[in-house]
Amino acid sequence: MSTRHILLGLLASGPSHGYDLKRRHDERFPQARPLAYGQVYTTLQRLVRDRLAEVDGTDADGGPERTLYRVTPEGEAEMTRWAAEIAPPAPFVTNEIFAKVVVAILTGGDPAAYLLAQRAAHMARMRELTAVKTAPGADLATVLSADYALTHLDADLRWMTTTADRLNQLTAEVDAS
Amino acid sequence: MNTYRDEAVPLLSARGLVKAYGRTPALRGASLDLHAGEILAVTGPSGSSKSTLLHCLAGIVRPDEGTVSYGDETLSGLPEARLGELRRTDFGVVFQFGQLIPELTVRDNVALPLLLGGLGRAQAGARADEWLERFGVRGQRELRPGELSGGQAQRVALARALVTGPRVVFADEPTGALDSLSGEQVMTALVGAARETGAAVLLVTHDAQTAAYAGREVRMADGTVEPAEVTAWGLLRSWRWLGRW
Repeated sequence: MSTRHILLGLLASGPSHGYDLKRRHDERFPQARPLAYGQVYTTLQRLVRDRLAEVDGTDADGGPERTLYRVTPEGEAEMTRWAAEIAPPAPFVTNEIFAKVVVAILTGGDPAAYLLAQRAAHMARMRELTAVKTAPGADLATVLSADYALTHLDADLRWMTTTADRLNQLTAEVDAS
Repeated sequence: MNTYRDEAVPLLSARGLVKAYGRTPALRGASLDLHAGEILAVTGPSGSSKSTLLHCLAGIVRPDEGTVSYGDETLSGLPEARLGELRRTDFGVVFQFGQLIPELTVRDNVALPLLLGGLGRAQAGARADEWLERFGVRGQRELRPGELSGGQAQRVALARALVTGPRVVFADEPTGALDSLSGEQVMTALVGAARETGAAVLLVTHDAQTAAYAGREVRMADGTVEPAEVTAWGLLRSWRWLGRW
């Protein structure tokens, strides 16, 4: 995930300061890890260094003085380029579950029991996410983030089911090599 | 450990159910407890006899062996008349394809269980309207089932299942024929109504995203219900190499 591009996107609606950007990021992407203030300020400084954003004065608003940032034309062009760029479909994603199944076979463990327990953990997380998205008053950003996680966990589950059905074959191959 | 659940008397309880269709075995000793007000998902691959288990629990099919207890009654020992009454008053059923009566209007489909129970036409219609309103299909009440979308038909079927105020709702692949957004609407409606009325739900599904609406899941394989969720300790014990330490 590119924090710099997301901050540029949030700056597109007008000049803003770091605290406000962090708050809007966490609101807009409720299931993402909240941004740390330090990360926001470091990223803003890099955007200024790379001339994608610039300082737009300061804003006190009754409290401590805050630096306002605005996006530059170069920043807008970069944001547009990034938003249209296709994300790699990642056909060979790092798969910790598969690695554990293979290690279980190599060490004489019980990969079927591991897959069953992993499946239960996935289901428990899916129940939590379903509760989050069906809670009264859940906003659309929350629902969509939960949907994204749910469909990916569901894909993992399907893969685990197929793998459990193929364990005999996999064990024979791992043991033979 | 959830001691409350362990100690509570289940609302519906199956023990050692065996059922064969001709020479083809379906259930081979399935046992299950459903507690009042809980939403329980029964999952498993196709052919694992999830639907047969649901049919036995709902009193639609009589098992060859084993018992189904509902409160202090044993379903297998009940005469057909009492079973029919239970299905009409205490149980509501939703199938994968709504199985609405095509000749009747949506409103009459929902009112039917009440009419069969002896309620007057005006009252039955009014109560049907309430449930149709609640599931967002009141505007379709004069239509026939053939004129509805899949999601609408399933919400009408839900209204029909809930209109009598059942204590148990049996849902057999209720989202199986729907796109994911319609399925989500049906599940939200079902779970919301069950929580509000206190009805227990037995939800049979092969779809993990649908099962995730339930508070608990049991898995079926080869006609039996697998033991409850694997615990971390159970997993550790199953790792044979631990014995070498």
